[in-house]
Amino acid sequence: MNELVEYFPAILQGSLVTVKVALLSVLLAILLGLAGAASRLSASRWLRFPAVAYTTLIRGMPDLVLMLLVFYGGQVVVNNIADRYAVEPFDLDPFVAGVSTIGFIFGAYFTETFRGAFMAVPAGQMEAGRAYGMNRWQVFHRILFPQMLRHALPGIGNNWQVLLKSTAIVSMIGLTDMTLLADQAGRTTHQPFIFYSVVAGIYLLFTAASGWGINRLERRYSVGVRHARL
Amino acid sequence: MFDFAIIIESLPEFARGTLLSLELMALSLLAGFVVALPLAVARSSSILWLSRSVGMYTYLFRGTPMLIQLLLIYYGLSQFQWMQDGWESGNPVLLLFREPFFCAWLAFALNTTAYTTEIFAGVFKNTPVGEIEAGRAMGMTHFTLLRRIVIPAGLGRAIPTYSNEVILMLQGSAIASAVTLVDLTGAARYVYSRHFAPFEAFITAGIIYMLLTFCLVGIFRMAENHWLGHLRPRTSPDKQR
Repeated sequence: MNELVEYFPAILQGSLVTVKVALLSVLLAILLGLAGAASRLSASRWLRFPAVAYTTLIRGMPDLVLMLLVFYGGQVVVNNIADRYAVEPFDLDPFVAGVSTIGFIFGAYFTETFRGAFMAVPAGQMEAGRAYGMNRWQVFHRILFPQMLRHALPGIGNNWQVLLKSTAIVSMIGLTDMTLLADQAGRTTHQPFIFYSVVAGIYLLFTAASGWGINRLERRYSVGVRHARL
Repeated sequence: MFDFAIIIESLPEFARGTLLSLELMALSLLAGFVVALPLAVARSSSILWLSRSVGMYTYLFRGTPMLIQLLLIYYGLSQFQWMQDGWESGNPVLLLFREPFFCAWLAFALNTTAYTTEIFAGVFKNTPVGEIEAGRAMGMTHFTLLRRIVIPAGLGRAIPTYSNEVILMLQGSAIASAVTLVDLTGAARYVYSRHFAPFEAFITAGIIYMLLTFCLVGIFRMAENHWLGHLRPRTSPDKQR
């Protein structure tokens, strides 16, 4: 029990790293997802093709493999470039590698979410906006985007929950998130079960809290939608 | 920069890793399917305590990362004295927990069971009321109703969602290398560390995973055509000709 008290602050610190990784990568993923959805829905084949390739390739391989590729491969690229220009190579930061990989992977999932949501907004809504004399930007941010968000929210919530849990794998490229800290504490105290359970509990807390938050958002964004009762 | 000789030389490693990944996935899915069926019936039942206790299990396993579950089983359980005593006295069941393959299988199976239970329970609950009423009107018992109507019709409707779970399981199994198993990802890590060739190692593994994913997608598309053919959007008559 003493060991738990001793190491608990460190694991809490590590949970902050986990939250930071999750928030930054979801931000990156949403931006990539919006860009990906825009290019998938574009009229130009040259814009559509890369987006289709992006979503297909990324969703076909495990996040861990891509993360190892970015982390170890990125280091080789850095070393080669440093070699060519005769400068001292720097070590790739696992935090940066982790956030960019998770963001890049979930960008593909968000692309699909946003694409479906944009398509779910009836074309008549946009036409009505144009008929009122709004320009394209006004139609986008007053009509298309808010309604799209309502359709996208369940998907966003789902992606976020999956993303949150996949942050645990950043410990495998050496980032000192709470999983790695629990691992270390478990080794030194010979009580791995206790410390992994603590981490599992913290993850459970995170997913429960986000589930509650997503629920509230969904209620707020479906104001004015009629629901049929069975 | 991309050395194909390394890939060709390491093909046996990749092949063994692929086999291990497929084996882990298949065994976990098999166990998951078999256990999830009765659990889903319990989860969708109107007996509150039964549904709630299964819901508790799925909530715990769906709310935490599978990596943590794996580490808890493989490294975590060794903390307990009774486990170590069991190992020393040669208890055959407890000795299994020293095997990384068994622990990975157990963690993956527990995890996929939780997701599959919720998928199946969802479709069971959505059985059209008329079908159940028709069954009752024919004088079916509760068990017959489940066996003849709710489960077969529900499993068909579950195929699209279940195919997603199968693909997630294939990709999720990549964490098996965290407990020293040389699955496909483990093979890639081995090739990387031996040749210091990250691109050759991880891109090859990524391509193999992708091919496996496409195969699974194809198999499930065939299954959908077979069992869900009646739900396909109708094509216009001139297209059918």
